[in-house]
Amino acid sequence: MSDITKQSLSELVKNIKDKKLSSEEVTKAFINRSEKSKELNAYITEDYSSALEKAKKFDQKPNLELKLPGIPMAVKDLFCTDSIRTTAGSKILNNFVPTYESTVTQNIWNEGAILLGKLNCDEFAMGSSNETSFFGNVQNPIDKNLVPGGSSGGSASAVAGQLTPITIGTDTGGSIRQPASFTGTVGLKPTYGSCSRYGIVAFASSLDQAGPMAQNVKDCALLQEVISTYDPKDSTSIDFKRNEYSKELSKNIKGKKIGIPKEYRVDGMPQEIEELWQKGIQYAKDCGAEIVDISLPHTSYALPTYYIVAPAEASSNLARYDGVKYGFRAKGENLTDMYEKTRSEGFGAEVQRRIMIGTYVLSSGYYDAYYLKAQKVRKLIKNDFDEAYKKVDAILTPSTPSSAFKIGEKKDDPVSMYLNDIFTVPVNLAGLPGISIPAGHDAKGYPLGLQIIGKAFDEQNILNIAYAMEEKINFKNKITDWWIK
Amino acid sequence: MSIDLKTIKHISKLSRISVDEQKAEKLADDLNSIFKFIEKLNELKTDNVVPLTSVAETTLKLRSDEIKSEDIRKQILKNSPQDNEDYFVVPKVIE
Repeated sequence: MSDITKQSLSELVKNIKDKKLSSEEVTKAFINRSEKSKELNAYITEDYSSALEKAKKFDQKPNLELKLPGIPMAVKDLFCTDSIRTTAGSKILNNFVPTYESTVTQNIWNEGAILLGKLNCDEFAMGSSNETSFFGNVQNPIDKNLVPGGSSGGSASAVAGQLTPITIGTDTGGSIRQPASFTGTVGLKPTYGSCSRYGIVAFASSLDQAGPMAQNVKDCALLQEVISTYDPKDSTSIDFKRNEYSKELSKNIKGKKIGIPKEYRVDGMPQEIEELWQKGIQYAKDCGAEIVDISLPHTSYALPTYYIVAPAEASSNLARYDGVKYGFRAKGENLTDMYEKTRSEGFGAEVQRRIMIGTYVLSSGYYDAYYLKAQKVRKLIKNDFDEAYKKVDAILTPSTPSSAFKIGEKKDDPVSMYLNDIFTVPVNLAGLPGISIPAGHDAKGYPLGLQIIGKAFDEQNILNIAYAMEEKINFKNKITDWWIK
Repeated sequence: MSIDLKTIKHISKLSRISVDEQKAEKLADDLNSIFKFIEKLNELKTDNVVPLTSVAETTLKLRSDEIKSEDIRKQILKNSPQDNEDYFVVPKVIE
């Protein structure tokens, strides 16, 4: 089979279970394609030879009861992988080799998957374009000059470019859904507390969540089923009844009430985003859903809130990088000088900017005016969703205010970069699940996504709505393999 | 409100990130534009709002105080930039 890498995860799983393909064949195919795809710069660390070994070992005694039998998979380089370098896209962790495994990746290996390598991302997941990575920017398989989005840019590029059948990313303010939207792929940010944060390099702990990124909704549901487990090692992991999301996937969404929040019609939003949204509303109606106008009055306060809460938590989380116990160390005349030089040379500009913002809003005299204020507004934002969910089962919005932008276009203007996450950030602040599905193209032929937001722990419902709409939308990604060498 | 170079120096000290003059000026510009954007929150009256500290509406679980990890000293020291026997080594602190 020459077209192995074109197959979806579900097809690959079926072909391996039916013994039409071996794990070795599948693994080889993805390694070959990844090796021809260096120009995308999707990988930070490759682990191909041990992937092949593991695949051969799997084939000798295949356990076909597993959910991901012998499936090769690359993951975002924010997940600690035992004995495999984990950098978080930063110089400060350039030489860091974890001695333990994140719970989410362990769950994946337990179901039979095999690590191909670690995927590029914005430094410490801080960015919306993958341009803050110490390992260079990533190209979007859609077009050479486009960013893949961020922070899970390498993950999105690798899935869209078929370098991996599926992957995982993390989403603190839109880092799964925005790159999914920019690359014509599907990305799910689960409910806060659904997937363990143990072993994920921390950015903003009250917002961070791991989630699946895939070519279609069914694959996304299958991976979510694997990664979502209760974990005592993460004190904010929540013990609730998790579905077998892929088995319970249904296109029947008749009578589901879907809310359309008027506040997401923001100033300066391109006409084509509005048109995409209207099309999405029509698709939802065609699937039998009932459309309800709703209001989320504090939407425009979400981004300013996020840019206090996230940097505050980041400044605290990143205090651990001091050059003493692990990571990069710069030479210093004394201890303080060593700390200051290590952090100045080890962190990139965006990370330093966010640490500074966070330190400032938490500092004496400013805590109440900024941090406490933001926590109060966060409450108002969550209340908006709670009110809305008294009337509706889910909410439909565009995923991003524009299609993918050009590499370098927004790099020097932090605020215009931050505005990318305007539709995704409120979901993290409220701890809700959200999924982005590809829904059309703009005039330039670049993909555009729609976001479906659910109630907390209601992943099944938004997966079902996405599954039903996906069929009606019938999106085809325009991938020309321009980068293949 | 505007963030001047003196404030940048102060934050850089608190953050333990060394900042030269050129970098300080760039940071002051960036932070001012970001804080201008953040000031929007002042439009809202929030006197009677209870701040949200966690979206997970559960109380933190207690666990029994048991030793679960084996001797992981070697693992902990494995990534250290400089160590000596069982210790991390840092620049001299006491004269």
